[in-house]
Amino acid sequence: MRWIWFAALLAFASATFGADSPLVFDSAEQETRFKKLMTELRCLVCQNQSLEDSHAPLAQDLRNQAYAMMRDGASDDDIMDYMVDRYGEFVRYRPAFSPLTFLLWFGPLLLFLIAAAVAWRWLGAQQAAAGAELSEADDARARRLLNGKSPRKEKQRK
Amino acid sequence: MRKRFFPLIIFIGLVGLLAFGLTLNPRVVPSPLIDKPAPLFSLPQVHDAAAVIGSEQMKGKVVLLNVWASWCVSCRLEHELFVKLASSGEVPVYGLNYKDRREDAVRWLEFYGDPYIVSALDADGQVGIDFGVYGVPETFVIDGDGIIRYKHIGPIDENTLDKEIMPLVRELKGRRT
Repeated sequence: MRWIWFAALLAFASATFGADSPLVFDSAEQETRFKKLMTELRCLVCQNQSLEDSHAPLAQDLRNQAYAMMRDGASDDDIMDYMVDRYGEFVRYRPAFSPLTFLLWFGPLLLFLIAAAVAWRWLGAQQAAAGAELSEADDARARRLLNGKSPRKEKQRK
Repeated sequence: MRKRFFPLIIFIGLVGLLAFGLTLNPRVVPSPLIDKPAPLFSLPQVHDAAAVIGSEQMKGKVVLLNVWASWCVSCRLEHELFVKLASSGEVPVYGLNYKDRREDAVRWLEFYGDPYIVSALDADGQVGIDFGVYGVPETFVIDGDGIIRYKHIGPIDENTLDKEIMPLVRELKGRRT
């Protein structure tokens, strides 16, 4: 008898505690999958939070929507497409590959290549300058400066 | 010598870019629904739970669909404009009452005036999700073929109504005839 009471109380307790997050999953994998998907979606109301983090009512609604779809057997892509159809590419935290986002994806690589090209040319110019032969007169002048003058003047010469 | 000015030029370019960025509103997300068919829906009316309002009743004419709620403070800012617009009769305005309670919605309309031909009661916000609503109030322009032509997020002001919405409405009406 006591056990029945205890079980009833437990059920009641979990029902009240669960009011904020009433999502029950079939399996741990499903829960992980759901959580991961929610971190990939941006909340439209508080735009720097994912649906996973956000407490905005809209985020709650969208979580419930995604949850219902997942229980009905929708794939992650289905749910993603559902959100993008309604709220646009903006809801994706990881933008999809498309001509519009190529610059976004490959911009850093492009910048690196430009920087590398500039550095290459600059180093090449330095090397060419270092390798240049001194004329006899310059050579003599350099020797004179290096031998006879104070270190400070030597620095200036450089 | 010219090389010396490169950092300055880059700096000025950056400042220009950032200054431009400041004029943009980061909360306005371009809707993917523009120039797409409006989502089909059918909901109970705010004033009559037994009666239905939806895409079927709105089709065949250029309409404004205004998403509002009694809990939405900034809806009051634009409401007067809609009341005025409704009395001019230039374009029918439909309401989508978003995540609200019927009695609150009715009382709100009694207090502030009811510019809507009919308001649909979207109590659970499901139709709102289909329309990509995220910041009430929102206003859609839907043409006679049921295509969304325009969306405004946040309260509309006189300028937006006169310079953007009404010219578009007139153009769309002209296209139909």
